Amino acid sequence: MSKILTTEGLPLEKSLKRVEQKNKFRAFLLVLPLLLFLIVAYVWPILNLLTRSVDNRLISDLLPQTAIALSNWEGNEMPSEDIYKTFYLDLNEAHKQKLSGKVSTRLNYAKNGFKSLINKTRRKLKNFEDENYKDQFIDLNKKWGDIEYWQAMKVAMPKYTIDKYLGSVDLEKNYSGEIIQKPEKRRIHRTLWYRTFYVALGVTICCLLLAYPIAHLLSTLPLRYSNLLLICVLLPFWTSLLVRTSSWMILLQQQGVLNDILVYFKIVGDKSRLELMYNMTGTFVAMTQILLPFMVLPLYSVMKTIPPSLMRAGSSLGGTPFHSFRKIYFPLTYPGIGAGSLLVFILAIGYYITPALVGGASGTLISNRIAYHMKESLDWSMASAMGAMLLVSVLVLYWLYNKILGIDNIKLG
Amino acid sequence: MAINKHTEFRYKVWHYTYLTICGLVFFFLIAPLFVIIPLSFNAEQYIHFSDDMLALKPEAFSLRWYEDMVYGTKNPWGLAFRNSLVIGIFATIGATTLGTLAALGLSSKFMPYKALIMSILISPMVVPLIISGSALFFFLAKIGLSSSMLGIIIAHIILGTPFVVITVTATLSSFDHSLTRAASSLGSSPMNTFFKVILPLITPGVVSGALFAFVTSFDEVVVVLFLAGPDQTTVPIQMWTGLREQLSPTILSVATCLIAGSVIILVLMEILRRRSERLRGIQLR
Repeated sequence: MSKILTTEGLPLEKSLKRVEQKNKFRAFLLVLPLLLFLIVAYVWPILNLLTRSVDNRLISDLLPQTAIALSNWEGNEMPSEDIYKTFYLDLNEAHKQKLSGKVSTRLNYAKNGFKSLINKTRRKLKNFEDENYKDQFIDLNKKWGDIEYWQAMKVAMPKYTIDKYLGSVDLEKNYSGEIIQKPEKRRIHRTLWYRTFYVALGVTICCLLLAYPIAHLLSTLPLRYSNLLLICVLLPFWTSLLVRTSSWMILLQQQGVLNDILVYFKIVGDKSRLELMYNMTGTFVAMTQILLPFMVLPLYSVMKTIPPSLMRAGSSLGGTPFHSFRKIYFPLTYPGIGAGSLLVFILAIGYYITPALVGGASGTLISNRIAYHMKESLDWSMASAMGAMLLVSVLVLYWLYNKILGIDNIKLG
Repeated sequence: MAINKHTEFRYKVWHYTYLTICGLVFFFLIAPLFVIIPLSFNAEQYIHFSDDMLALKPEAFSLRWYEDMVYGTKNPWGLAFRNSLVIGIFATIGATTLGTLAALGLSSKFMPYKALIMSILISPMVVPLIISGSALFFFLAKIGLSSSMLGIIIAHIILGTPFVVITVTATLSSFDHSLTRAASSLGSSPMNTFFKVILPLITPGVVSGALFAFVTSFDEVVVVLFLAGPDQTTVPIQMWTGLREQLSPTILSVATCLIAGSVIILVLMEILRRRSERLRGIQLR
């Protein structure tokens, strides 16, 4: 059988392949600008942020010899004279380069009290004599004779560490490298993780319960009415997050509208106005209302594709409305339930603005803690370790979404 | 479930309960927004429905907080509004151009690694803003763009592109590709085909993507909090600072203006949706 040739004399198969190759290249070329831009200006910075969480080179660069000396030290008994001497030389060098402030800040993360200790010591460094460093240090401040400080320093020295990840779930390493619980009063992060998870889960469930009936109503009403009611969903969707948060602040304040109404109807006394804001209640209610459209819209888009004749068929075969609903309608809405729930959960788990404004101390979430480490405590490695853990949980959900529903099926508005 | 005279009593009860529940949920969704509007016309300094207001006495209402917003002393809103607009417009242009090109490539059936690339392009929408903000903070500082308008614009282009990619890909999915083949067979160059055939048909998708990108940028506060210096204050930043200090009536006037803005956008989106359905020859449901 002879091969089919094109007018140029090439086999058709080959020619087709060439055209396909060309089309492939052309399509890729169109995506390339955005892809490159995102990789350089987004993906790379995020990876870079993540490396900060394990990067601990700062302290070992500041005190290079001490880092080596301490890594050889067992940590059971007091460090030897040599270690004190190395530490003196390193600290003096850092002080000359005006870097001792950094040393004190960094060591203070390892153990509270280091900041003042180093700051007191560095002023006296120039008075040191050339021998008996150990005694001179201890004379200067007896904390230098406390083995706990040296153990903390040893733990803080390695160039790369997972300490920050341990710290973000309230664990720490002791001097011999065992992982232990932090002291009771310094455990703050685990509560935040649990709280974030519960709030996200609770908000998702509440949104689902509230959204299901109205999405159903929207999909069964005649178009004229449903378009009108859809505005009630879309207007909040398009309104600024801050506007919606401020409306909740007006409603929930102690002198706010809700309390006024309750007082007016004598449900609560004027003296005993409810505390609805700056706590968990505020965060929960406001987040539910703000995220509700993200649940309604996917549900609605699934429900309007379900033909009403199915329910009628169910009834005609003798099913009660509830039975046909449970056996026919409800299973058909699974894709909408999945899409909406994952979307709301993903958004809720990283929520920052609303908890910061209406959450007070007991209603803040993990994002607020990350912001605190980024902007106030300036413990950037901690911020990125917590960020990395948050990111991983979100990406797992994103992957699930992709797997179950396909990313192409995301719909907006 | 249709209700008629043959419906059993308990199903009637259930049906009306269901309608009541729906009514309450709609109320929960929309009512908080409408609390802001009357309070922004309050003549007093307190954010509170006074008895005079409830009695609808004219002297209880005034425009003083709107005046304060526009002419007030040390007024930050003018600068904030200008900055937000500049950032929003440039971010929209950038996001729409990049996003539309990418969507065109992605909807070609020859595109390799479609799923992988799509999930990278959508990621800025999914990753928590606090993480995007921190990452961009370090990145822009490194390339010397911290506390600059350009830096914020770049950040907002990144955050806006997923919306453009999604809306334009959705529009293109129902695009009839035989039209481009018809154009080529009639001797049109690819460029000409794009501008004369493809673009007019996908315009509704592109414009609604652009609106999404603009609203995202105009509304965005978390990332800007990390990137902005004192000169780059935006409307959301200004609201955020205001809300953290004290809830002042001036903020409510700004909020009312923003609600008016979102009504306009809602109307625009509805017009676009109808136009797009007509262009594609899809009959209304």
